[in-house]
Amino acid sequence: MNDATFQRGPARLIDRLGGGVLQVVLILVAIFWLVPTLGLLVVSLRAETDNNSSGWWTLFTKPAQLTLENYGNLLASGFSSSFWNTVLITVPATLLVIGIAATAAYAFAWIEFPGRDALFLVVIALLVVPVQIALIPIAKLYGALGIFGSIAGVVLFHVAFGLPFAIFLLRNFFAGIPRELLEASRMDGAPEWRIFATVVFPLAKPAIASLGIFQFLWVWNDLLVALVYADTENQPMTKALQSQMRQFGTNVDILAPGAFLSLIIPLVLFFAFQRYFVQGLLAGSVK
Amino acid sequence: MATPQLRRLGPSPAMAWVFLAPALLLLAAWMVYPIVYSIFRSFHDASGNTFVGLENYGAIFSDSATLTTIRNNIIWVVVAPLMVTVLGLIFAVLTERIRWATAFKLVLFMPMAVSLLAAGVIFRLVYEQDPDKGVANAIITTVQGVFSGDQGYPGARPRENDAAPAVLRGGAVVTKQQAQPGTPVLIPLVGLSPDAVAGFAAARPPAAGPGLSGTIWIDTVRGGGGTVNQIDTQERGLAGVTVEAVEGDTVRATTQTEADGSFRFDELTSGSYGLRLPESNFTAAFGGLTWLGPTLITPAIIGAYIWVWAGFAMVLIAAGLSAIPRDALEAARIDGATEWQVFRKITVPLLSPVLLVVFVTMIINVLKVFDLVFIIAPGSVQPQANVVALEMWRVSFGGGGNQGLGSALAIFLLLLVLPFMAFNIRRFRRDER
Repeated sequence: MNDATFQRGPARLIDRLGGGVLQVVLILVAIFWLVPTLGLLVVSLRAETDNNSSGWWTLFTKPAQLTLENYGNLLASGFSSSFWNTVLITVPATLLVIGIAATAAYAFAWIEFPGRDALFLVVIALLVVPVQIALIPIAKLYGALGIFGSIAGVVLFHVAFGLPFAIFLLRNFFAGIPRELLEASRMDGAPEWRIFATVVFPLAKPAIASLGIFQFLWVWNDLLVALVYADTENQPMTKALQSQMRQFGTNVDILAPGAFLSLIIPLVLFFAFQRYFVQGLLAGSVK
Repeated sequence: MATPQLRRLGPSPAMAWVFLAPALLLLAAWMVYPIVYSIFRSFHDASGNTFVGLENYGAIFSDSATLTTIRNNIIWVVVAPLMVTVLGLIFAVLTERIRWATAFKLVLFMPMAVSLLAAGVIFRLVYEQDPDKGVANAIITTVQGVFSGDQGYPGARPRENDAAPAVLRGGAVVTKQQAQPGTPVLIPLVGLSPDAVAGFAAARPPAAGPGLSGTIWIDTVRGGGGTVNQIDTQERGLAGVTVEAVEGDTVRATTQTEADGSFRFDELTSGSYGLRLPESNFTAAFGGLTWLGPTLITPAIIGAYIWVWAGFAMVLIAAGLSAIPRDALEAARIDGATEWQVFRKITVPLLSPVLLVVFVTMIINVLKVFDLVFIIAPGSVQPQANVVALEMWRVSFGGGGNQGLGSALAIFLLLLVLPFMAFNIRRFRRDER
């Protein structure tokens, strides 16, 4: 910015003062955004008696009160099995969406077939369909198939509802790949699946990373689908924690460390892949 | 559509169906069929055997519980998307002027990665009623305490026996005997634990001197002991208690106790007075807001929602902002436009497509809001905080046992998002052209 050359002394002074106020305001906003999560972390690290008698912010005057006791108790109470259920639901649901959506997106982007445009508009229409619409019919379907309450049922539900966004995102990315790359392979007589696997899929890594992180977060963080379809033995962390909400006051020593454990992996992923996260957001902010 | 046309080299259309088959199967079975089935199911009663026509839809608009959910959804739709979009715009514009914009964006964006359940637990803690537990009330009561300063002694009261020199009357503490200057009046109180007053100054009888005087203190000793109605060494005085000297029904003088609990009316050197400690001494200090009560619950949950989504709006709008040609802004500034004019006349109009997308995305999202309400609202106030998406789950699976009504609510929810479905399709067709 070279607009400073157009400003006279006093204007620049006012600008600088304003800049100082701005810094302070934005620092306050940032603190405001951090404090709730910080509170959860500190509460999870304090003994139940401490949490009942004083606020977590007393940590700043009495740092000695931190303990891992709550986490120990939580894991001893069998919470780790719901952690594994979350993993067992999230990983397949993410990989399946990537695979199934990528092949479909390839067809939408690079294969001519009658009704293609209309069919793609249906996919776009399905983007905003609320999950609630499927809860009752799919419960009935799962009952008939005998998979109600199983991990497979939860996974399939997440895959299906992840598809419209996934197809939309990948199709738009695939359509941007230069046509010459494909035509050269087609000229060589390569079969379609090989063009998909060796030309398009590798080029689409950034889009697949975006999609992967989104789908992972959605599934990992889901409560509603698990609430309806997962039995107690197959329940992910979100459902396990929800069942403790009824006695919030007395269960803080379970809920705080549980909630923190459930958010730490998404948070690490988010910080590691935030670039892809933002790209995916910009490419498909419609859901 | 702008996809390339492959005249000679393209694979056969049959190939496309092979690639599409798994996706189409899932979409048809998990999304399209449920829509059709839900419409059918919504015309039947709870058992599913009896056709009831539009009765379930009638129930949505006549039952007071579902009407509350609709009212709440309207509040949500009117307030939340607008606030999220405006905050996102403000933050996006302001972060352009700081060096640590990336860090700021990460902080605001972080809640997006957190599950709404975890966000719900986080805000249950924030909104705890007790100012010693919930940070929201801790801040409010601290700020309020700075401005009003008065600290009452809720729970302090005289003993209830004949020997006690004072009694409770209409919330105030009054002495039983008339008091005369020269004879110090002892007003022993109980009701505060020795621990609660441990930090107070030791109680002392008033120094000798003219005027009506006395002492107000907590007449209990940690671990027991001490003489009732006498000031013992370990007992603590109550500072800042308002004392009124009353003649008949008229207040003749008012004073406040010292740190050691003693007080003195210098001007009352003769006569006979009743002493009264008005009720204001014993009312609880402001305890903060009842965030999770029936009146504030929806605004409180919307607050949590804004915390989750403002970063999303900010990042999207910031991306739109970086695409605005700098020349246009600079030219306006050189022509003497103020920053506000630049913002109003250039930035916002150029950003309006992005703002619209953010706004619409938020409306779609708000219509489906479920987890935050379910987690933050305690069971007893869930009827007041209820929204359509939550009510749908509640009547179908959460003990309501009426999947006919549940299906009607699901269809109602689908109808609400239908205009935005059309918006997305139109936007896509325009972009492709």
